[in-house]
Amino acid sequence: MKLDRTSSITIVAVIGLSLILAFLNQMTDVASAAHVPTYVIALAGKYLCFAMLALAVDLVWGFAGILSLGHAAFFALGGYAMGMYLMRQIGTRGVYGNAMLPDFMVFLGWKELPWYWHGFEWFGFAMLMAVLVPATLAGVFGWLAFRSRVTGVYLSIITQALTYALLLAFFRNDMGFGGNNGLTDFKDIVGFNVQADSTRSALLVISALLLCAQFLLARFVVDSRFGKILIAVRDTESRTRFLGYRPESYKLVVWILSAVMAGIGGALYVPQVGIINPSEFAPGNSIEAVIWVAVGGRGTLVGAILGAILVNFGKTWFTGALPEIWLYALGAMFIFVTLFLPRGVMGLFRARQAKEPEPEAPAVAAAHEVTG
Amino acid sequence: MHRLIAPLLLVILVLAGWGARADGIDDAYDALSASALTISPASFDSVRHGVEQLAVSGDPRAAVVIGALHDGMLYANDDHALFVQQPDGTYVDARTGAAAPDVTDDDVKAVRVNNAVRGAIDGALGILQLFSPDSPVRLEAASAVFTSHDPAALPALDKALAKETDPAVKRRIEQARAAALLSAPDASQADRLAAVATLRDRGDQDARSLLSALAGQTGPVADAASAAVVSIDRVLQIWSIAESVYYGISLGSVLLLAAAGLAITFGVMGVINMAHGEMVMIGAYVTFVVQQLMHAYLPSLYGISLLIAVPMAFLVSGLIGVAVERSLIRWLYGRPLETLLATWGLSLVLQQVVRSLFGANNRDVDTPGWMSGAYQLGGLTLTWNRMYIILFAFLVVAALMAALRYTPLGLRMRAVTQNRRMAAAMGIRTPWIDALTFGLGSGVAGIAGVALSQIDNVSPNLGQGYIIDSFMVVVFGGVGNLWGTTLGALTLGIVNKFLEPIAGAVLAKIVVLVLLILFVQRNPRGMFPLKGRAVEA
Repeated sequence: MKLDRTSSITIVAVIGLSLILAFLNQMTDVASAAHVPTYVIALAGKYLCFAMLALAVDLVWGFAGILSLGHAAFFALGGYAMGMYLMRQIGTRGVYGNAMLPDFMVFLGWKELPWYWHGFEWFGFAMLMAVLVPATLAGVFGWLAFRSRVTGVYLSIITQALTYALLLAFFRNDMGFGGNNGLTDFKDIVGFNVQADSTRSALLVISALLLCAQFLLARFVVDSRFGKILIAVRDTESRTRFLGYRPESYKLVVWILSAVMAGIGGALYVPQVGIINPSEFAPGNSIEAVIWVAVGGRGTLVGAILGAILVNFGKTWFTGALPEIWLYALGAMFIFVTLFLPRGVMGLFRARQAKEPEPEAPAVAAAHEVTG
Repeated sequence: MHRLIAPLLLVILVLAGWGARADGIDDAYDALSASALTISPASFDSVRHGVEQLAVSGDPRAAVVIGALHDGMLYANDDHALFVQQPDGTYVDARTGAAAPDVTDDDVKAVRVNNAVRGAIDGALGILQLFSPDSPVRLEAASAVFTSHDPAALPALDKALAKETDPAVKRRIEQARAAALLSAPDASQADRLAAVATLRDRGDQDARSLLSALAGQTGPVADAASAAVVSIDRVLQIWSIAESVYYGISLGSVLLLAAAGLAITFGVMGVINMAHGEMVMIGAYVTFVVQQLMHAYLPSLYGISLLIAVPMAFLVSGLIGVAVERSLIRWLYGRPLETLLATWGLSLVLQQVVRSLFGANNRDVDTPGWMSGAYQLGGLTLTWNRMYIILFAFLVVAALMAALRYTPLGLRMRAVTQNRRMAAAMGIRTPWIDALTFGLGSGVAGIAGVALSQIDNVSPNLGQGYIIDSFMVVVFGGVGNLWGTTLGALTLGIVNKFLEPIAGAVLAKIVVLVLLILFVQRNPRGMFPLKGRAVEA
């Protein structure tokens, strides 16, 4: 696989910047001007996890034309798997000091660990679940949806209903995932203190490496023959079907892959922010992830990473400096980008490069044909 | 200290014993005064008996005296004579009601009560109300006796039954008498069987719990009672189904209101308007503003402020809708996913505008008098505001259908959706029809906001709670079909309410969502898909 210049720059920038931040946090004195405080490390790690979610959204939206308004559900499921592992690591250090049960279960008066919590004391098993659970959900949902040719807006709306249903479900105390409060108060991850600066720095670097791995994987998928067919499905699904391909199989594979990527992002997100609760399932979160991709540039992969980092940086800054303005800014960004910047920030960079395919053009023509 | 207390206690005990003996006479009034002079279990017992005797004595002064005791206004002097203190501080003789001008505060002591006495007073006041001149008070009193089913009330119930003329009150007293009879240990078997029959006819949860207490025993009464329990259960089950249907229709009408506007913007025009919920929210805030203005400037018309809010909400939301279509949506036709994102952004902006203008807290919207209260239909309690919302939802949909079918604007709207180019060729200004159609859908959403302000919190987040449900209703019912939307909303509402007792409210909603997701997989175009070439987009 040959990498284009933009991709190489992205990989070097993501890994390089993370290493520099981690180095400045670990190796400099707290008092020195070059010192990077730990909260910046955690914030940067969070952005990278969001970038993984954005990458996952871009893979299905930008290349297969599936606008998912429920991708944060996969992200949150991965997060819950990691959260369950971290809960089991607390052991007797919880408020109630119960070696077996997390605090919230003791509080609810439960006597035994529910069956689905078993195994999560092993890191490997938890990570396997962080991948398998989103993959299974995506597999079942996608198999049903794509096979019956639910497309376009209908698919978007039922993905939203899916994450909404999960939101309601995880809010229930009976589910055994901590209800409203979610999972928090973590202590250790594979033997290291989650709160420690060194762990934070390590997590940031790991996030950067995994993000780049995901990016390379996505790049490889879309550049392959498989990716070409995906793009064909995106642009004219019926024509691709008439040529003898099965669009639903292609969509299903990329959909599951995307869910796995989002799940990994969620699993890395939880130790860095220290909490996972049902609000991560909120439909608004998934839609925000879509706007990261739209801002960065749909169907470019690099744009997804850029967009996630830019928008979240903006959000951190706005909510700190001008909290009133943030929703105006976010809302205006949605409107502005869709109206005036259909190819996002990357579209500005690539305006000179004529070889770039027009993402929406044939579909637009087809839609006009129908609506007259 | 202890040496002093022991003889003191002895004295009190002796006095109490004497008091009880002296009060062993029939005169309830004497009995009542006991606790004013000495405090002991026996004296309180005496007062309690006095209250109970007085309550069933039929004495015309009984209500006044017991009422005074309840309010702590009953006093006794050393000769066991009772006086009622008037609000102005003077005293009247309790037995006769005659003024007693020579009694002063120093001559009398208050009759004290303990919890047992208070219970007796409440029961006695209830019985006394059986003889009140107002029939609602008598009905209330009979219900209270039914709940307490105290056999001591039987003589009073018999007396009240003989005097009663109002048939509804009479029935209630009979039921109370039956309940009391079943609790009386010495009632004859015939009486008890009759009582079981009376309770069986009453047929509600209270009657059932009284009867099921009997059903465990043996004998003909118990057999009759268990048969009655079975029959009541059947009746109750029918009512509970009726109740679920009613609540389902009520929820469905709310969904229908929220979705009706979307059936136009999404169903007819195909615009994914994620800001639809915010149009509803704006309608609710218009209601709030109209109420505030009416309160300030036209207090005489405050009662009909909701009726004025309906057209105002339609206009405000409709105009916002037209402005949104002209400035935003018209650039995005044929790009549904982009429309979705842009309107989501719009919804965030609108929420924040309302939050900046009105604050993040809930606003109070009053429910007018004619919408509060409830109507009792057998075992069903139909609250008026729910009834009005059901009615209103159907009126709105009917008006919408009529507007689409019979008005020139509706004709043009249908023409444009069916064949845009042909409509344009016939001289219809399609861009304006688009704007007006979108305005109509938004205006209907605003009207929905007026109704939802009555049952939901008016806050900037009001609309978000409805957006997913509304889309589900429209997709479920079949896009572009108002009948489908209506039927879809009612089906979803009723299914939800039937699942709720089984699964709980949240789980029921989740189940409905999952069922809907599965349904959309099977029927991507809803229950009533549009036939024709326009469908395959």
